Amino acid sequence: MSTFLELYNYWIFIFLMMTGFYIVIAQGNLIKKVIGLNIFQTSVFLLYISMGKVANGTAPILIEGGAPYSNPLPHVLILTAIVVGVSTTAVAMALIVRIQEAYGTIEEQDIHEQDASL
Amino acid sequence: MISSHLPVLQVVVPLLAAPLCVLLKRPAVLWAFSLIVSILSAVMAYLLLQQTADGNIISYAMGGWAAPWGIEYRVDTLNAYVLLIVASISSLVLLGGRKSIEKEIETARLSHFYTAYLLCFAGLLGITITGDAFNVFVFLEISSIASYALISLGRDRRALTAAYQYLIMGTIGATFILIGIGMMYMVTGTLNMHDLAQRLPEVSNSRTLMTSFAFLFVGVSLKLALFPLHLWLPNAYTYAPSIVSAFLAGTATKVAVYVLMRFIFTVYGIEYAFTALPLSAILMLLAIAAIMLASMSAVYEDNIKRLFAYSSVAQLGYMVLGISFLSVAGLTSSLLHLFNHALMKAALFMALACVMYQQGNVLMGNIKGLGKRMPWTFGAIVIGGLSLVGVPLTVGFISKWYLILAAIEAGHMLLVAIVLVGSLIALVYVWKLVEQGYFQEGDEKITKQEAPMSLLLGTWFLVLANIYFGIDTSLTVGVAESTAQQLLGVSP
Repeated sequence: MSTFLELYNYWIFIFLMMTGFYIVIAQGNLIKKVIGLNIFQTSVFLLYISMGKVANGTAPILIEGGAPYSNPLPHVLILTAIVVGVSTTAVAMALIVRIQEAYGTIEEQDIHEQDASL
Repeated sequence: MISSHLPVLQVVVPLLAAPLCVLLKRPAVLWAFSLIVSILSAVMAYLLLQQTADGNIISYAMGGWAAPWGIEYRVDTLNAYVLLIVASISSLVLLGGRKSIEKEIETARLSHFYTAYLLCFAGLLGITITGDAFNVFVFLEISSIASYALISLGRDRRALTAAYQYLIMGTIGATFILIGIGMMYMVTGTLNMHDLAQRLPEVSNSRTLMTSFAFLFVGVSLKLALFPLHLWLPNAYTYAPSIVSAFLAGTATKVAVYVLMRFIFTVYGIEYAFTALPLSAILMLLAIAAIMLASMSAVYEDNIKRLFAYSSVAQLGYMVLGISFLSVAGLTSSLLHLFNHALMKAALFMALACVMYQQGNVLMGNIKGLGKRMPWTFGAIVIGGLSLVGVPLTVGFISKWYLILAAIEAGHMLLVAIVLVGSLIALVYVWKLVEQGYFQEGDEKITKQEAPMSLLLGTWFLVLANIYFGIDTSLTVGVAESTAQQLLGVSP
C-alpha cells in the first residue's frame, strides 16, 4: 500500500495520459481534440520530471559542501518537448482556422458529411 | 578539414538554408537555392557512404562534447545508405518539380513552401544520422510538423483535414516514442544509442524496459504507417501537392522503417527484441495483412494518387516482412526494397504530378486515352507500375526476388505464395490503369497534350533509375547485404 501511495505522481501520469488519449479519440470537435492531445503530452512531461527527482534533492547548483541535487537532464529534455508541444498546437490551431474557413464548421461529423456529399 | 565535419554539415546545411528561403522572393531563385542545398546534401551523403562502406563507423561529437554525455552523430553503412536515399530522392523530385510546384502553390506562399520543404528534409536527415535517442524524437517532430504544413498546402480543402488527421495521429505516435525513450532513460540513465545498447542487457528483466519497447514499437509503427496504423497515409498522400506526395512517399516512411531497424537491432538488440515480445510473429502477421488488405483497397480505388498511397502501405508490408525473418537474407531484401520502393513511388508520383499539371485531377475516369495524349507521362506510369508488380529488368523484381529467397530460406512456403498473390493484385490495379490509358477512347474535348519538358525530365530520370538499378544491382545489393550483416552482427 505504501509503495502505491509513494508512486502517486506516476498514477497521476497514467490518469492524465488516459484522459487525454480518451478525449482525442472520443471528441468530435477539432479544438477539443487538440486540448486532449495537450493533456496527453503534458502527462509525459510529468513522467520525465518525476524520474529526475532525487529524495531531498535541491536545485542542481554547485555549492560548498555538495548537497544532493535532482537530475537536471530530464528537465532540459522536457523544455525541448514543451517547445515541440507548443509548435504542434500552433500548427493544429492554424489548420483548424483554415478548416473553419473552408468548411464553415469544426465538428468532425459535419466535415465528413460535407466531404461525402461531394 | 571539411570532410571531418561532414556528419554535422549533412543536417546543418538544410536546417540553416530553410529559414533563408523566407528572405528570397523570386520563384526561380527559391527553386534553384533549394535544389542546390538538396544536391549538396546528396553529395555529402554519398561521401559518407564511401567512407563507411567498408564497415567504418564515423562518430562525431556535437560541439566537442564527447559521447555519451554530448549528442553523438554516429554514421555507419545503414545511416549513410538511408541518407543517400533521402537526399537523392529529394534532389530528383525538386529537379523536375519546379513547374508543378509553381502551378499548385500560390506565388505568395512559395517561399514558405520551400522553407517547410527544407525543414522536413533536414528533419528526415537528422533522424537518420543521429546516434542519440532523444535527438531522434526532436528531429522526428521537426520533419513531422513541416510535413503537416506541406500537406495542408494542397489545393483541395480536404488537404486541410488530411493534414489535421495526420497531425493528431503523428503527435500520438511521437509522444509514444517519447514515453518509450523516457522509460529507457529511467532504467539506464543514458540516451546515447550505443551506450544504451551496452547497458540494456543488464536490466533486461525489468518490466519498465519491456513497456518502453512496446511504446516505441507502436509509436514508430504509426509513423511507418504499418497496417492497421496506416489510416493517416492515404488521405495525406492524396490531397498533398503532387510534389510533396512524391517527396514524402519516397522518404518519410523509409526513414521510419530505418528507425524501427535501428531500435530493434542496434539499441535493444535482437535477442531482447525478439524474445521479450513475440515480435517476429507480430511483424509477420501485420505485414501479411498490409500486403493483402491494402492491395485490395488499391484495386477498388478511383483516385489514382490514393491508389498508389494504398499500394505504398502494401509495399511497406514487404519491408516489414523482410525484417520479421530475422535473417541476413530477409534484412537484405528489406533494405533493397527501401531503396527500390523509394525509386518506384517517387517516379509514379512524379508522373502523376505531370497528369495533375495538365488535367487538374487524377481520377480514373479522366485518364481515358491518356496513352495517346501524354505518351511519355503514361509510359512512365506503366514502367513504374510494372516495377511495383515486380517485372524482371525493374527494381521491383530485384526486391521481390530477394524477399522470396529469404522466405524460402526461412522455410515459409506460405509467405512465398502471399508475396506472389500480392504481386498479382498489384498487376490487377496496374492493368486497370493500362486499360484506361491505352484501350479506352479519350474525351475528344480534352485537347491537353504532353506535360512540360522539365517535369518529364525529372520523372524519366527516376524511371530510368528504376530500370538501371533493376539491371545493375552491384551497388544496391552490395550495400544492403553488408548492412544486413552489420546489423545482425554476422561477420561476412
